[in-house]
Amino acid sequence: MKTAFTPSRRKFLQQSAAIGGGLTFGFHVPEALAQRSDAPGAEMNAWVVIRPDDTVIIRYARAEMGQGSSTGLPMLVAEELECDWRKVRIEFVSTSEQLRRNRAWGSMATGGSRSIRDSQEYLRRAGATAREMLLAAAAQRWKVPGSECDAENGVIIHRPSRRRLRFGQVAQGASKLEPPGEVKLKDPRDWNLIGKSANRLDIPDKVTGKPLFGIDVQLPGMAYAAIAQCPVFRGRLRSVADERILGARGLIKVVKLEDAVAVVADNWWRANRMLKTLPIEWDAGPDGGASTASIREFVRFGLEDTSVPVARDEGDVEAAFAAAAKVIEAEYYAPFLNHAPLEPMNCTALVEGGRVEVWAPTQNAEATHATAAATAGVPLENVDVRLTHLGGGFGRRGFQDYTRQAVAIAKAVEGTPVKLLWSREEDMQHDYYRPMTLMRFKAGLDAAGNLTAWRIRDASHSILAGVRPQDIKEGVDRHALGGIVDLPYGVPNLRIEFAMRNSHVPVGFMRTVFHSQNPFMRECFVDEMAHAAGKDPYEFRRALLQAKPKDLGVLDAAAKASGWGSPLAAGAHRGIAVQDSHGSYAAAVFEVSVSGAGELDIRRVVVAVDPGHVVNPDSAEAQVQSCVAYGLTSVLWGEITLSQGRVEQSNFHDYRIMRLAEMPKNIEAVLVPSGGFWGGMGETPLAPLAPALCNAIFAATGKRIRSLPLSNQGLRLV
Amino acid sequence: MIEFTVNGRKRSADVEPEMPLLWVLRDVLDVKGPKYGCGIAQCGACTVHLNGEPVRSCSVPASAAAGQNVLTIEGLAQRGRMHPVQKAWIDHQVPQCGYCQSGQIMAAVALLKKNPNPSDRDIDAAMTNLCRCGTYARIRTAIHAAAQSMKPAKA
Ligand code: FES
Ligand code: FES
Repeated sequence: MKTAFTPSRRKFLQQSAAIGGGLTFGFHVPEALAQRSDAPGAEMNAWVVIRPDDTVIIRYARAEMGQGSSTGLPMLVAEELECDWRKVRIEFVSTSEQLRRNRAWGSMATGGSRSIRDSQEYLRRAGATAREMLLAAAAQRWKVPGSECDAENGVIIHRPSRRRLRFGQVAQGASKLEPPGEVKLKDPRDWNLIGKSANRLDIPDKVTGKPLFGIDVQLPGMAYAAIAQCPVFRGRLRSVADERILGARGLIKVVKLEDAVAVVADNWWRANRMLKTLPIEWDAGPDGGASTASIREFVRFGLEDTSVPVARDEGDVEAAFAAAAKVIEAEYYAPFLNHAPLEPMNCTALVEGGRVEVWAPTQNAEATHATAAATAGVPLENVDVRLTHLGGGFGRRGFQDYTRQAVAIAKAVEGTPVKLLWSREEDMQHDYYRPMTLMRFKAGLDAAGNLTAWRIRDASHSILAGVRPQDIKEGVDRHALGGIVDLPYGVPNLRIEFAMRNSHVPVGFMRTVFHSQNPFMRECFVDEMAHAAGKDPYEFRRALLQAKPKDLGVLDAAAKASGWGSPLAAGAHRGIAVQDSHGSYAAAVFEVSVSGAGELDIRRVVVAVDPGHVVNPDSAEAQVQSCVAYGLTSVLWGEITLSQGRVEQSNFHDYRIMRLAEMPKNIEAVLVPSGGFWGGMGETPLAPLAPALCNAIFAATGKRIRSLPLSNQGLRLV
Repeated sequence: MIEFTVNGRKRSADVEPEMPLLWVLRDVLDVKGPKYGCGIAQCGACTVHLNGEPVRSCSVPASAAAGQNVLTIEGLAQRGRMHPVQKAWIDHQVPQCGYCQSGQIMAAVALLKKNPNPSDRDIDAAMTNLCRCGTYARIRTAIHAAAQSMKPAKA
């Protein structure tokens, strides 16, 4: 594996002499830090390599973007391997190895909180298989039955004779044995690592400023590219007066793409500065007049349309409305949002002699690989993608627009590695945005305040329409209806309708995806129902969740931890919400006060989560905190607006991100893993936050929040 | 040619005087700890110390650093030993993606130098760097812990 990673160093140095002039950079690529493979090791299987000094290398094939899975996934392997956790090192897998070994590492994509739940079984199996091989090798050496041997903390012990062999001593022999066909995985009760907090393996390098990220890739002779993309989505480049910068200091080349212009120079600042002085003419295309208002009206038509696809139709809602003692209706709105990972999009590529090498902070390495091959026009075998750490991802880095651009630019300067970096402004204005969504609800209650009928009309952009249109069946995008079509509440008459309304704005998966806006709408409306029924919003939900023990479990856990129903300090009010997503369950309670002038004080946040099993509780708690910061940023201030077809926000001064002083001081993560399933942890805690907060605001003010962000509703965080 | 000291070493760069210090460090001198997040002094990912003061290096021209002392995260450890702030960052498992953390740590070190025992309010006021991963609660805890560990031992 090591040789596959080693780039042609001599070649780079020659290039650097040829074009780099006085550049005397070292060579460093982030993966090298993750590997440090100096000593050879014995490969037990695709995941586990053991060195003579007992170092255990566990390979990691997903994307580390802060969620901690580059520690959590190796913990799963190590649990079964029975190795010494302190001796574990991580090695990133490259896509050429993955291709050569027939996808030995399964999916390399990271999204939908799937890293642990989708790979836990084969990772634990890989650890168990390696352990069995080590045991067999030791037993052979001692000439004793394998059943008399145990593996423990990196050592194999022959029980009767108390003899010991370290993993490093038997690994070479073990790696030559036939892997066992069947292995038994440990009972969760016997876990030593899983479920106990472990220090993350990536943190020491992150506090010492190591060059881990895509933006840090440094290759000898490397050039730097800055890019300007057509500000109106789907628009085109008409012309660029590149003669204006001919001979400018550091200029290497101006590259024209169909919808963008890139300047390649000897450092990024020069490239970007030249780019800003370039007169560029764009062909905006048909969408150059679109605005937030026009798009909203276009999407909203989906609420009025008389004929739209039906996702669920049970009982007879119309008859039930007619018979209801009370009928309520409401309409909700959620705007476009930008992912805004702190590391802007970037990708480094080298095209040379029919081969492409790519270094990318990507959430989908195999898609990066395929994109690079297609863009360069070379077979898949001639491409390699090396993973770096990601400076945040949140779903943005699954899309491959930046890879396509980097490879196209590298192709234009063949033989020179190029690092393409987007400015923050480009990043803000060229996202795959969280979709704008509107929803209209109508509910009927009987005289006792029981819910008898519920009609939901969802009018939304569809992400699947862009990425997997074949999954949209008969006009219904069940993905866009997440949290709606799979409603946990028991209601006898239910009708769910879906109107797909795609504007020219590209949309994509943003942390929690449709569970970032749908729960806000659903759970606030459930609060409206409870209010109309004259019932406590917690008790109202409990009654409707009797058939859903896991939703009920987190709801109860959040209510209990928050002291739901107990007296509050003067001026304080509570709100509650529940939402399952990504295979896990979460409920939140907010405690707030709101002054007459709209000053919102978030006094306490309680989030209960049931992900089935918790691998690393400390990391799970960090994810809850992270969801609070990310989720509240969206609720409080998040809004991407358009005018003249283009995004109006450009940087953090007009797209506000929560700062430390604004982070609620009182956040409680209540982890209630109920066992028996594996759910996600990076997204689910976010889902109930917006509605719990807005319901608390209603309790405090009597004002319903049906449109986000709160900054547009006369509310200001204090 | 602009000359200055980076992490105790004399360095020189043949750059335009208006080139931001951040890009001189990253692209010319290969000092990658300071990060680019916004380029307009909003996020703090590029925070370094200029003569001991925290600055947002994306918005400091190279000319302003001429003849001065620049300290980046790479220069924080002394004789191979991590700074107490770095240690507190590990003890409290602060980083998530880690992208903002060089800047956060440099801001925290500067705060503690000025104010060895900061209150929550002091931390609120000094720590204005963005963290998109929301590590704020742990940053706060780690700063308090580092302040404790840096107290001179009482005789
Ligand atoms: S990059 Fe300097 S403050 Fe953001
Ligand atoms: S740790 Fe990711 S931005 Fe701060």
